[in-house]
Amino acid sequence: MKHLEELESESMYVIREVAAQFERPALLFSGGKDSIVCFHLARKAFFPAKVPFPLVHVDTGHNFPETLVFRDELVKKHGVQLIVGSVQESIDTGRVAEEKGYNASRNTLQTVTLLDTIEKYKFDACIGGARRDEEKARAKERFFSHRDEFGQWDPKNQRPELWNLFNGKKNIGEHFRVFPISNWTEMDVWQYILKEDIEIPSIYFTHERECFLRDGVIYAHSDFMKLKPTEKAEKMTVRFRTIGDMTCTGAVLSKANTLEEIVQEVASTRVTERGSRIDDKRSEAAMEDRKKAGYF
Amino acid sequence: MTQEQEIFSTSAYLDMELLRLTTAGSVDDGKSTLIGRLLYDSKSIFEDQYESIKATSEKRGEEYVNLALLTDGLRAEREQGITIDVAYRYFATPKRKFIIADTPGHIQYTRNMVTGASTANVAIILVDARKGVIEQTMRHAYIASLLGIPHVILCVNKMDLVDHAQNVFEGIKKDFEAFASRLEINDVRFIPISALNGDNVVDASTKMKWYTGPTLLSLLEHIHIANDVNHVDARFPVQYVVRPMSNEHHDFRGYAGRLAGGVLKKGDSVTVLPNGFASKIKSIHAGTAELEEAFAPQSVTITLEDEIDISRGDMIVKTDNVPQSTQDVEVMICWLNEKKLQLNGKYFLKHTTRDVRCVVKEIQYKVNISTIEKVEDDKNVGLNEIAKITLRTTAPLFIDPYKRNRITGSLILIDEATNVTVGAGMIV
Ligand SMILES: Nc1nc2c(ncn2[C@@H]2O[C@H](COP(=O)(O)OP(=O)(O)O)[C@@H](O)[C@H]2O)c(=O)[nH]1
Repeated sequence: MKHLEELESESMYVIREVAAQFERPALLFSGGKDSIVCFHLARKAFFPAKVPFPLVHVDTGHNFPETLVFRDELVKKHGVQLIVGSVQESIDTGRVAEEKGYNASRNTLQTVTLLDTIEKYKFDACIGGARRDEEKARAKERFFSHRDEFGQWDPKNQRPELWNLFNGKKNIGEHFRVFPISNWTEMDVWQYILKEDIEIPSIYFTHERECFLRDGVIYAHSDFMKLKPTEKAEKMTVRFRTIGDMTCTGAVLSKANTLEEIVQEVASTRVTERGSRIDDKRSEAAMEDRKKAGYF
Repeated sequence: MTQEQEIFSTSAYLDMELLRLTTAGSVDDGKSTLIGRLLYDSKSIFEDQYESIKATSEKRGEEYVNLALLTDGLRAEREQGITIDVAYRYFATPKRKFIIADTPGHIQYTRNMVTGASTANVAIILVDARKGVIEQTMRHAYIASLLGIPHVILCVNKMDLVDHAQNVFEGIKKDFEAFASRLEINDVRFIPISALNGDNVVDASTKMKWYTGPTLLSLLEHIHIANDVNHVDARFPVQYVVRPMSNEHHDFRGYAGRLAGGVLKKGDSVTVLPNGFASKIKSIHAGTAELEEAFAPQSVTITLEDEIDISRGDMIVKTDNVPQSTQDVEVMICWLNEKKLQLNGKYFLKHTTRDVRCVVKEIQYKVNISTIEKVEDDKNVGLNEIAKITLRTTAPLFIDPYKRNRITGSLILIDEATNVTVGAGMIV
């Protein structure tokens, strides 16, 4: 068996375990390529039946408009239910306070909205598209990751995970995060998108956009980020390697216009994709801290 | 690192096999350095990762870039300078894709090694050339054998500290072979390396001309793994029943699962356990595609000619090759929890897609992991200990010996009060 087929089989197995072991699962859908691949795998896993759980999007209000268009079309095309948790609403109701300053981001605020959404709909398992190769705290994540009643992850006290036996047992109020594509790398994801001809948002491909440079990162110019006096927005030919919200996702200069060209670009790139994610740069342990608090 | 842009071949990429490996060694044997070396020399390290460990090395006043930092995980570990849990690393060469389960070597974390070993094709066991085969080495070899890892590679590391001497290597090899002959490991290889200098890791050593075997990476790229899965006994644990209930697929009733062994073809005569009904395979689906046959470890959906009441936890097998169906199961159990194994205690049990409960009927003996001797007078089985026990289950399980099939031969025990996985069992 070839490696990508084996990974696909493993991921489908994990997704079916979720549907079988939990009462109210959901798929966390960001509109990025990893969650798109998870949704594709879920469709394959249950075909010809529909995916038996809703998609949950935690909307920071700072999304790329292209991502939202893509999301809505996908939901319509495949007849799945979409549930949106709104960070703006969390701000308006005083659950969280907006960050201030030039680098203000709603990234950390998402955690509260996510946990509120999980509680509101009583989800007991949330499927996410995180991969272990992305970041060092993720490298230790289980497929079935147990969260206590506060949504927290306890890295020192994880359940042993052996063979393909996934233990989804839990007490009331606790839930699981499940990561079916844990063992995929960025290249695997791209190759799979190419092989299966999966649709992805347009901003993964090259386009012209008003951008500006800050701390070595290219940002999309938008209403959500205030330019410093020394910064200037200009037209650049870019694409995005990951899709988060506009305040924390950096672009790369690129002319890649097809999936084949993206694969070539990924193959020759010498910087990790999270290198363009500002959320991780805040401290060396940024991801670990956010995960402990209940982040994706 | 080279900057030139090679043309990347998608067809070659799709043609690669996946090899899962686990690493074991005592603290300071050089495991992190070795993994860092494999990642670095196979060009799997990105510039920003390299810059980050370079900066850390400089901050710590180290002479050279400490490749071990590449595998340094969580903050708690960084603070204590140890690895506390299984971490997974990925790298690929043009020949294969590799998943490393990086497990710490401390005695108290045997459970992590068991976790990493459960799915591995290959175990790399590290020995410090100055120390030779020590108690820890034997524990690691025993666990590799118990968990049925098909291939073991003993890397004798730090050869630079023993003047790259052949007799040191041969001595260690002989010691290990003597011990390993008492275990069931079919395939053992030996490589003298220096993880620090990179000798025989990716590039052949110029200082050990006497060694004519492959480098570690070359061995990992070529070792034959296609037969690590059972291709003989068709086993299909039903994971989920697919019922579209749509107009288009009104009568569709599919059984979704992942083959745990063997091959199933359209038209095959099958038996459904536990009720024993016979039928034939009508169709096999992988997403929207229909297949003529499916083999382990593929995830597919199967339909049968007859309408039979089948649910999750049932098993579809070929009529002429059925597993044992029993409520009395003998297992080698590796205990993973501080709370001791309870004789007559009740536990949840997971086996393939089947959930039952069980009671511990007998603790036959404990194994002294360092000497592989049976201990019959002490039946206290605590964290990281291994014992042979007998279980009685509330409903039959459809089992094969672990040695024959690592999927239908394995089970886990779960504490009924805490829901934590407490035992890993290999069916005898
Ligand atoms: N001389 C020498 N030192 C080594 C070699 N491999 C590792 N070391 C050193 O041994 C120490 C422990 O290595 P490390 O990789 O952290 O060990 P771990 O605890 O097994 O992960 C470090 O100081 C390494 O630099 C080697 O091949 N030769």
